[in-house]
This record gives sequence, C-alpha cells and structure tokens, in this order.
Amino acid sequence: MKQKLSGWGRTAWSYSDVITPSSIQEISAVVASPQPRGVIARGLGRSYGAASQNAGGTVIDMAHYASSSGIELDQQTGVVTAGAGVSIDALLKYCVPRGWFIPVTPGTRFVTIGGAIGSDIHGKNHHVDGSFGVHVLSMRVMLSTTEIINLSPLEKPDWFWATIAGMGLTGLVVDATFQMLAISSSLMSVETERLQNFDALIEAMGSADDDNRYRYSVAWVDLLASGASLGRGVLSRGEHASSNQDSRQECLAYKPKVRMSAPPWVPNGVINKLSIKAFNEAWYRKAPPKRKESLESIAGFFHPLDGVRQWNRLYGTQGFIQYQFIVPLDQTDVLRGVIGRFADAGVASFLAVLKRMGKSNPAPMSFPDTGWTLTLDIAAGARGLPELLSTVDTVVLDAGGRHYLAKDAHVSPRAVQVGYAHLEEWKQIRNEMDPTGVWKSDLGRRLGLVDP
Amino acid sequence: MKNGLGVSQSIVLFGGTSDIGQAIVNELLRPGVAHVVLVSRNVQDAEGFGQQILQRFPDIDVHHVRFEGEDASGMPRVVQEVIALVADIDVVIVAQALLGEGLDLINNPELAVPLATVNFTATMTLLLALAKQVSHQGYGRIVLLSSVAGERVRRSNAAYGATKAGIDAFALALDHDLSASGGSILVVRPGFVTSKMTRGMKKAPFSTTPEAVAKIVAKAIDSKVRVVWCPGLLRWVFMIFRHLPTAIWRKLPI
Repeated sequence: MKQKLSGWGRTAWSYSDVITPSSIQEISAVVASPQPRGVIARGLGRSYGAASQNAGGTVIDMAHYASSSGIELDQQTGVVTAGAGVSIDALLKYCVPRGWFIPVTPGTRFVTIGGAIGSDIHGKNHHVDGSFGVHVLSMRVMLSTTEIINLSPLEKPDWFWATIAGMGLTGLVVDATFQMLAISSSLMSVETERLQNFDALIEAMGSADDDNRYRYSVAWVDLLASGASLGRGVLSRGEHASSNQDSRQECLAYKPKVRMSAPPWVPNGVINKLSIKAFNEAWYRKAPPKRKESLESIAGFFHPLDGVRQWNRLYGTQGFIQYQFIVPLDQTDVLRGVIGRFADAGVASFLAVLKRMGKSNPAPMSFPDTGWTLTLDIAAGARGLPELLSTVDTVVLDAGGRHYLAKDAHVSPRAVQVGYAHLEEWKQIRNEMDPTGVWKSDLGRRLGLVDP
Repeated sequence: MKNGLGVSQSIVLFGGTSDIGQAIVNELLRPGVAHVVLVSRNVQDAEGFGQQILQRFPDIDVHHVRFEGEDASGMPRVVQEVIALVADIDVVIVAQALLGEGLDLINNPELAVPLATVNFTATMTLLLALAKQVSHQGYGRIVLLSSVAGERVRRSNAAYGATKAGIDAFALALDHDLSASGGSILVVRPGFVTSKMTRGMKKAPFSTTPEAVAKIVAKAIDSKVRVVWCPGLLRWVFMIFRHLPTAIWRKLPI
C-alpha cells in the first residue's frame, strides 16, 4: 500500500509502497522483482532524515515483521542473536533482568538492530567502547539476488564493514549476533556537574585520562547562552552501578515508563526561542554546581526523551532537523566558532549535546572518529536556516569534519564526498554486493550514494 | 528531492524566458539547490538568467534545454531529456504561453492555432509527461501558470482565456489523478502581471508584479494548496464575476 513516510524529523515526506512481510519468502519475492525505484528496509523510523523511505519504490517494514522478533541470549557468555526488527527496547526488557546490557545504545531505545547496524549507531560510551558495529560478531544479510549470506569481520570483511553504516544500501540485514555487556544492577551510578562556559566544558571532557575513567560521558550545551557563558553546559558521566551500590531487592529490575504522549495537533512555533531559553535556564540551574553523585535508572540516564512518546510532534507540522557533525580533537576553536554562530543567529536548540568520541572502526561510511561531535535540534522552518547551515557545513568540512548520515536531512552530495574519505571505496563494494542496484532510499538518492 | 529544510534539489522551468517563471525560480533558490533546468525556445535568451543564477549560487548546475512550445507530441521527449540531466524533478514550473494580444482572429482564424497549441494542447501533453514522472518518483510538485482570464472568459481575450480555462480545468483533474502517488499540481491564477508578455498594454485593476506572484507561489509550493490567486483578493473578485448574470457581465467595461 502507498504510504506517506518521513523520518523522525517529520520533514521531506514521500510516498512509498510499504510491505509488512509475514515471511522471509515474501521479502525474497519483493527483492527478486523490484520496482525500478528499488527497495529499502525500514525499522522504527528513528533516523531523522530520509534514510528509511523510498519515494516511488518499496519499503520493507522490518519492525513489524514478526519472524524478525526473535532474541536468543546465551546466558553464560552474553552473546545474543536478534532479528533485524528487534528494538533495543525489547532487547533490554529481555536481557537486563538476566544481567546483560546492550554494548551501545543511542539516545532512544526505539531503534531496531537493523537500524543500529545500518547507521552504525554510537552512544555515550563511544570514547571507550566504539560504535555498535565493532560489537557485532556476525550477521546474516539478504543480497539483491535474494541469497542470504553470513558476514563477519573474518568472513568477507569488506562486505561486512560496508554494511556497517551502509544505510541499508548494501543489503537487508536479517539478524545479527553481538556481544552484550555484563551488569549486576539496572541502576546507573552518575556524576553530574555544571560547567560555566565552553573552555570549562572542553577541559573537563577533553582530558582522555580523566574522561576515559567513565564508561559513559556526555555534555548538554546551552546554545542560547552567549558572551562569557558561551557554551555553558551540564556534564553527566557514569557507569553501571554494582549490586552492592544498589539497595533494591531486585537489582536487575527494568521497567521503563512512557509518561505521556505528545498530541498530533501541536501547532508550529511552540518550540521557539523563548520556550527554549526558559527550558535551558531551568535545565542548567537544576544541575548541581559542584560534581555530585547519584543513582539513576537506565531509561533516565540513556533515554530521557523516550518518556514522551512521539516527542517529535512538538515541533508541529513543519518538523525539525537534527544537525550532527564531528571535528577532530584539536579543532576546538572551530567548535567554539560553530557554537558562537548558532548563538549569534539565535537559532534555538533544545538539548544540544557535545561528546568526545573515540577512534573510528574499519567501516568506510562509519561516522564516529577521534574528535568532538555536536548534535542539535532545530525547527525546520527557522528563518535563514539553509544559509546558516550551509555556512556551518563548509566550516565543518574545512576543519576535516563530517556529518552523521542517520541524522542528515540537508547536506549536499559534495559534503559527503569531502567528509567521507572512503566513499568511493564503499561505493565500489556496494556495487559489488548489489550489481543491479536494488537497494535505494531517498537519502541515498539525494546524496548520490546510489543511482536514482 | 526536497531536503529537510524544504529546499528543492532540482528546479525545472518550461518557458525559460518567462518573467514570472524566472521570478519563481529566483524565489526558490537557496543553498542546497543542485540543479536548475531552463527549457526555452531560444536558449540564448535564457542564458542571461542562467548567468544571474550562477552569480548568486556558483555551486548550482544550470542546464539549458531547447524546446518548441508548439510541438505537443514532442513534449514527452523533452521531459525525458530533462530527467536525463537531473534524475528526479522536485519542482517544475510550466510557464510557456502566448497571449495573442491585438490579433484579429475573426478575420485570421489560422492565427489562433499556435496560441491554442502552445497554451492548451502542448501544455496538456507536457503536464501528462510530467505527471507520469512525478507519479513514478512518488513525490514532486508541478506548478502551472494559469490565469484569472480562464475563470470567466472575456471577449477582449477570448482565445487566451478559453485556453487557460481549459488547461486550468485539466490540471485540477490531473492533480486529483496524481493524489495517491505523492505528486501534485499547483494551479496559479495571476491577474494582470506587468511583464514582457503584457508590455505596452493598459494595466488592469489589481495588477501585480512577477516578484509578488513568485512570493505567493513559493509559499504555496511548500504547502498542500492546489490553487493560488495573485493577488489573493482576485479570488473573491472573480467569484463575483463568475456568478454575475450575463446581461450585467456583458455591460462591464472589462
């Protein structure tokens, strides 16, 4: 059935034929005789731009594909095999009570394993643990010939790494096997502190000796603060609590709650400079001025926004974009400059997030690399936004940086060519894996990753 | 396709020398536009506009394609040529038309042929070819420059008005046909616009400029609107005109 789809940012809608398969044979049949506009797999639609939609073509809804919901956990080793459509939410509900945690989680638990692989997601632990891809031991991938093959860092490593962060354009992930992390409590031991400006923030996070002592580390930055407070933020770092820190009877209890749901009728402009300024001020003041320790839940620490279902509707019908880039570690001046530009332009953003990332992995299209990544949400209708972002894009690229494709909704094909040094190598492997060009998405077409 | 900021990657103008068409293209240009295709009868006449675009946005690829506005059956081929250049069409503006001002059609009926062909037959085949493409793409916006003249046809420009009435009606029905595919058509009904086309003519009431039309159109392209009037007030003026008894209508000095 033709369905109107967008990413989480609710921009750039298009119509695709959405198929919810009931068997792997059904998927094979679609892939064996594809429409000219091709096929793409879609999980829970949490990528912000047009990565999991395919205008005029076919979309395979993996999140509602029942046979893809299996979770097989080896309780001794923590090795798990999960279907591509399994969400991190479902995985955590199954594994946390059994003492295992996912090696990498993004800021929402409503992403699928297929999406985690296609985007090579990262989390607050990237500086020590790397992205999701490096924890994958093997995966089964359906090629455009409908053949299902096994890929791992040892079997066909170039195909394996091209599929990690391949945005679903190399093949369809059927399931994946990866190593979970042992935990003895479902609480997080968290240290929070307020940092009064950009320099303080960079100093606190920038020292690897200090920052690497924490498995999880991320800072929230107030992009509306300017002058002496430019770049002020709240740094939050933590580790899984141990069972002796946890006074509860059931240390591994895991019951995340969704408290409310954003209504579908939110008008444009509710999220504006005033409301964000008030929110930012409150958020900053709420944080303790001196370093303070506390115990938090997994959901509270990793997935605070998941508490509001459909929070993406808060931006109204115009939608929003999430801008995420990375620049090398020594480019803190560029980072400060970019934060200054956003502050000067008065382009408001909730929850701009700064993180120091660790080293890259062998995947040619993987986003993370040693450096600073800044992420911000902006209402898509903000005045002068195309001009502002185009300027910032250039600054980022000139500094040797790049943009995260799972978030992207606007960069030019050139920005990907410049930012991703291994793009051509990836395209070559992609063409080898998909010689007839079956896998296509709106994002792939816009960025010239695939033929139209 | 359009990016998340609403910027079209590829903009196509049929009637590359049209003042209104160029003004709309200008209004849509922003960082992020990758291709502009100017489809014109005389490519040389559109080159100046192409240069202006490049001065503002050196990164944009400006392409020129030649076409014959009267060649109705050749339109699908021209559309193919455009697609070969830009792959997907995000926004296409159909602006080719002849006004036929001052022609003595009663005594020279054959002069009505090019006017009817350009404004109606060839525009129809062009819209059909474009509709096929946007339907295939699953998205895309076709902008047809119609006219208030088609709303109730006056004797002073009967042939022009009749062609606009026809193509306007056709476009609205074609949009209905497209609705399930994700593509859509925006019908633009400007009043008197001061431009090359109307040079030397006496200005009608509520006259407007290509730039003013372009502002309204650019906004409408981003919305779900199917019809826009320029200026907007003309919608109500023509609603009255449309329902006037013939006896009164014929006495009006228009």
